[in-house]
Amino acid sequence: MRRIVGILLLIIVAVGIGRSLVKIPFGTSRTKVGTHYINEGIKETGSANIVTSVVVSYRGFDTLGEVTVLFIAAIGLGAVLTRSGGKETRKIESASLVLYTGCRLLFPLILIFGTYIFIHGHLTPGGGFQGGAIIASGFLLIYLGCRERRISKIASKLAESLGGLVFVVIGLLGLLFGGHFLSNFLPKGTANTFFSAGIVPIIYIAIGFKVGSELAGIIDNLIEES
Amino acid sequence: MIFVASFLVVLMLVGAVAASIFRDLISAVIAAAFVSLVAAILFYLLQAPDVAMAEAAIGAALTVAIFIIAIRRTKRYEE
Repeated sequence: MRRIVGILLLIIVAVGIGRSLVKIPFGTSRTKVGTHYINEGIKETGSANIVTSVVVSYRGFDTLGEVTVLFIAAIGLGAVLTRSGGKETRKIESASLVLYTGCRLLFPLILIFGTYIFIHGHLTPGGGFQGGAIIASGFLLIYLGCRERRISKIASKLAESLGGLVFVVIGLLGLLFGGHFLSNFLPKGTANTFFSAGIVPIIYIAIGFKVGSELAGIIDNLIEES
Repeated sequence: MIFVASFLVVLMLVGAVAASIFRDLISAVIAAAFVSLVAAILFYLLQAPDVAMAEAAIGAALTVAIFIIAIRRTKRYEE
């Protein structure tokens, strides 16, 4: 009986969603703001990657909130999982030779790739979040392959805090020089060159460090407990 | 193009159903990672490389690692 009612409700919801989706024409832009970003984005922000100009410039405040959510999640996980004081007593199983050699070989390359992704966020696809996630996956490889190695907690916390601080300070400087929070007060330069888009690359580098160290810290906390 | 996209969507559906019916949780996690990976390819084909990158790095690498660590601490097989 319950199952029949469930299926019936599901069908009603599906029909409702389907009927409302049919009304929206697929593939046409209905909002003016999207068209504005595509046509004027490069001129207004100087960033060749339109996604980046939306994420960091037009919707920069939302991104600050997003970074804060990630920060709070990492802090909460750390608070729940971190053991108070005790030294690691369990014997660490060493990884196989293939994994050990592979991780030592790949780790610097992954780090360089992640850094490239977030430094060139305003020119090529990618940015702080993607680059940070790639760097964290490099650290994951280190934790799997070279199990006796640990990243320094202080350095990780420092990178995390500095990233957040740089973001907020740049926003406040924008308030000071440009009139509103996170306004782009630096010269925009010519689009498609490395030194362009004003504060966008600086903010993305800060986000890259912050996200990378946060995700690596989450993995660090979890692996220590396992 | 539309055929490739449809094929990838079908692959994703297969992976998602497999993830929900596997009793071995490690297999289920691998199936979920497969869904993420195919989604990343699909995002790339649909000209959203930014999202594809995030999906591949977070969905297919970090989430899987976190799930596997959690499974190691609990039970591998669902009752």
